[in-house]
Amino acid sequence: MLENTEETPLIGLLNKIKEIQTAGDRLVQICATKIGGNYELLYTFGRDYDIRHIKVTIEPGAHVPSITDMFPAAYLYENEIHDLFGIAIDGINHDYKGGLYRTPVEAPFK
Amino acid sequence: MAAKRSVIPFGPQHPVLPEPIHIDLVTEDEKVVEAIPSIGFVHRGLENLVTKKDFGEMVYVAERICGICSFGHGYGYVDAIEHIMNIEPTGRAKYIRTLLFELSRMHSHILWLGLMADAFGFESLFMETWKYREKVLDMLEAATGGRVIFSIMRIGGLRKDVPDDILSGFLPELDKIEEGIRACEKAFLSDPAVLGRLKGVGYLSKEDAVKLGCEGPFLRASGVARDNRMKGYAAYSDMDFDIITSDDGDSYGRCYVRIQEIYQSANIIRQCIEKMPKEGIYVPIKGFPNGEYMTIIEQPRGGACYYVHASGKKFIERMRVRTPTFANIPALAKTLQGCDVADVPILVVTIDPCISCTER
Repeated sequence: MLENTEETPLIGLLNKIKEIQTAGDRLVQICATKIGGNYELLYTFGRDYDIRHIKVTIEPGAHVPSITDMFPAAYLYENEIHDLFGIAIDGINHDYKGGLYRTPVEAPFK
Repeated sequence: MAAKRSVIPFGPQHPVLPEPIHIDLVTEDEKVVEAIPSIGFVHRGLENLVTKKDFGEMVYVAERICGICSFGHGYGYVDAIEHIMNIEPTGRAKYIRTLLFELSRMHSHILWLGLMADAFGFESLFMETWKYREKVLDMLEAATGGRVIFSIMRIGGLRKDVPDDILSGFLPELDKIEEGIRACEKAFLSDPAVLGRLKGVGYLSKEDAVKLGCEGPFLRASGVARDNRMKGYAAYSDMDFDIITSDDGDSYGRCYVRIQEIYQSANIIRQCIEKMPKEGIYVPIKGFPNGEYMTIIEQPRGGACYYVHASGKKFIERMRVRTPTFANIPALAKTLQGCDVADVPILVVTIDPCISCTER
């Protein structure tokens, strides 16, 4: 398990992210990992050099809410996760609709 | 009457871009009012190779993410694996890694100076700066045998030692490079024609730089003192150096920060050579990695994250690399808002974009 990681159910994700935004942290990265039949989404935030992670495990077909209302720069990470893993992310401020990565295989990490 | 809006496509092929990135520039007359970036023209899927390559072989794939910051990519991956496997490299391995890291930074920043000079049409300055970049590449070749891909990183340490006589031979070379860059600095930071292209162009406030996830010299040029080397990974905890920032927030500030970081890197290399430990360079490893770790390091272009998720097998479940250029794209789009169309090429170059890293 990563240090400073908190697991959150999908339903509580936005509240958790709002809490982090209010605390003044910055977004460092978002990534997805396929574990077994499910996907883990790892949201990383930082304040100066202190890093913390929020981990959400989702099932295939789940819809994930975008966090771009709180962290506008998250759009690249969310589009990347959509294009590489085929995960649906709703409400992205700049939604490339599958066109961020021009890969010959649709969602190659799926 | 409101000016008519037009969309001007910039890239993916453009004279200032060695690699493909596309930006839709929404313009009113000669002003950019919005910039919409697109990447993904040459995505290689290198991260996915971890599921097919032995975790030890994957070091060489990580190094090939980019030909400019290849050493850092190898380091980031190896450091994450070493943390998962509880391996502590020897002091000499840490010092040589730090030295090579700083040579890579010098090479990258000098390369950027040349590209910048080329972007604003100063050909002789471009050639002059790259003359010194060649000297840095010669040093990298003397130390590792490679000029682009070094293949010296290994989980547990290094594949080969760098003899002390080669290291001490770097000292006069560093003096010559520093002297040459100081001469070039006058053109970059004082020449009136160059200042006209840099001063006040592409301003990014401190608040926006943090909010948009900006990294590296792009961030520090907006007055934010954050440099991941301060966390003390490799041998940085033994080095004496400060974070270089600028309050200008514009293209001039980004140029200033990178030039000062070249001198800073030379000083760190001198410290490495002076304090170099004598012990070995490799600690044997046993078994397979099992666990998760995220290494965050300071690549020449900014903070880079290497996330590794392993489950005790030969093949790793996931490697994810968040490169600084990827993080800097939203801030680039912000700096383009309100600029003249003629300044767009300069502004794209000022973030020192590495599309090879971004399209890992």
